[in-house]
Amino acid sequence: MVKKVTEASQAVAEAVKLCRPKVIPVYPITPQTHIPERISDFVDNGEFDCEMIYVESEHSAISAAIGSSASGVRTYTATASQGLALMHEILHVVSGMRLPIVMNVANRALSAPINIWNDHQDSMNARDTSWIQLYVESAQEALDTTIMAFRIAEDHDVLLPVMVCLDGFTLSHVYEPVDVPEQKTVDKYLPKFKPAFSLDGKTSTMGPIGYPGDFMGFKKQQHEAMLASLDVIKKANAEFKKVFKRSYGDGLIEPYRLDDAEHVFVGAGTICGTARTVIDKLRNEGHKVGMLKLKAFRPFPEDAIVKACKAAKSIIVFDRSVSFGFKGPIFAEFESAFYEASQKPLLHSFIAGLGGYDVTLDHIEDAFRSAMTADKPISRWLYKE
Amino acid sequence: MVIKKIKKKIAGKKSRLSVGAVIQDPGNSVENKTGGWRALRPVWNKDKCTQCMLCWMYCPDGAIPQKNGKRLDFNYDYCKGCGICARECPFQAIEMKKEEK
Ligand code: SF4
Ligand code: SF4
Repeated sequence: MVKKVTEASQAVAEAVKLCRPKVIPVYPITPQTHIPERISDFVDNGEFDCEMIYVESEHSAISAAIGSSASGVRTYTATASQGLALMHEILHVVSGMRLPIVMNVANRALSAPINIWNDHQDSMNARDTSWIQLYVESAQEALDTTIMAFRIAEDHDVLLPVMVCLDGFTLSHVYEPVDVPEQKTVDKYLPKFKPAFSLDGKTSTMGPIGYPGDFMGFKKQQHEAMLASLDVIKKANAEFKKVFKRSYGDGLIEPYRLDDAEHVFVGAGTICGTARTVIDKLRNEGHKVGMLKLKAFRPFPEDAIVKACKAAKSIIVFDRSVSFGFKGPIFAEFESAFYEASQKPLLHSFIAGLGGYDVTLDHIEDAFRSAMTADKPISRWLYKE
Repeated sequence: MVIKKIKKKIAGKKSRLSVGAVIQDPGNSVENKTGGWRALRPVWNKDKCTQCMLCWMYCPDGAIPQKNGKRLDFNYDYCKGCGICARECPFQAIEMKKEEK
């Protein structure tokens, strides 16, 4: 294990190299660019034997990834924002064809107006593409989760693509101390890719027409595989702990001072780092506050969430995206999760940090203090005219 | 073969559907009888037919079987009733008739 101060994008590139995908079709887009740049450095200097395909668009990148994965080799790509939006139609094809492609998304706002900064609108927009979505908080977690992602995607109980989302700039371009594992350790954790089916060898047809009598059956299988991935993600996280001596909650959610917490912050990504500081401060003042970091958004770990918030009187959800005309996407899932739960905490919704708008310690502290005295649900946009 | 194993594991029960709709038995498109779409049915008049084989060549669906260079009657399992054969036949030996039950 080598500890070094590394940019999160570099850490992701290291993870990709250690997982040894054979093909990486990729197109550059801010703020994902450093990831493929670092990977192509590895390929260029002979450290990493991999076919990089420099395509003409993200639509082509993910399409080429389908061809590669269908031919039975481990396949990786990365994108962000408009690039992910341009991939959108093919994202459904990847999951429908059950191809375990792994992709990093350096989360960024969607136009218009044009904005290159961080929020989660791009990946939330891909919510129903049947890709597993995992969000990360630190460079270390980005590296580790990318390694786990291959294991989860390629598990024959899952066979679904995985999107590992890291906040653009606020994580992708940030330097942190990172443990870069050794190749033999990763090899111990991540078995060689065993495709469930492949165009290489036995003649087969992939991506045929699905008539009305069958189509629903395929979609149901896909849904069941997504649900089955809840356990597979947990196992991948537990195994990771055995081999690498670190892990992230149960792999789906990560609690922080949550056990007896009466007021619970919920967020995904780097915002959770800010929340930890606020929670420590409020704990020192004697307030029972804590955090539930949402690592998996799809599949949505409903049961784990309800169980983990056993002492909660209020839950404060920070969404870095919005479902226009409705609510924050994470908030809406929490409302749904608690509808049938026996405990009924007040659920507060905060839309925050769209298009790189700063989310500060004060924002989170104010949200906690408002929640502590609230007798009805709060719904607020953290933005000043 | 691999498919069957995964199929069981994923669905928790046997499924007639392969994972990801992958077809591993080549040539099974013949099992998919497409003739049900037909609204018009080509009817062959053997007496007018000169066995020029133009219809056989033109049929986009291979729905006109042949033996020893001579056409046989239509295979209605796959004929979609497009009418190309009737249009191309130089001897009006094919007539398109409404499908009625
Ligand atoms: S009607 Fe069309 S499909 Fe049917 S036999 Fe004639 S050419 Fe072929
Ligand atoms: S085109 Fe007409 S004449 Fe020629 S083979 Fe067909 S049916 Fe017979």
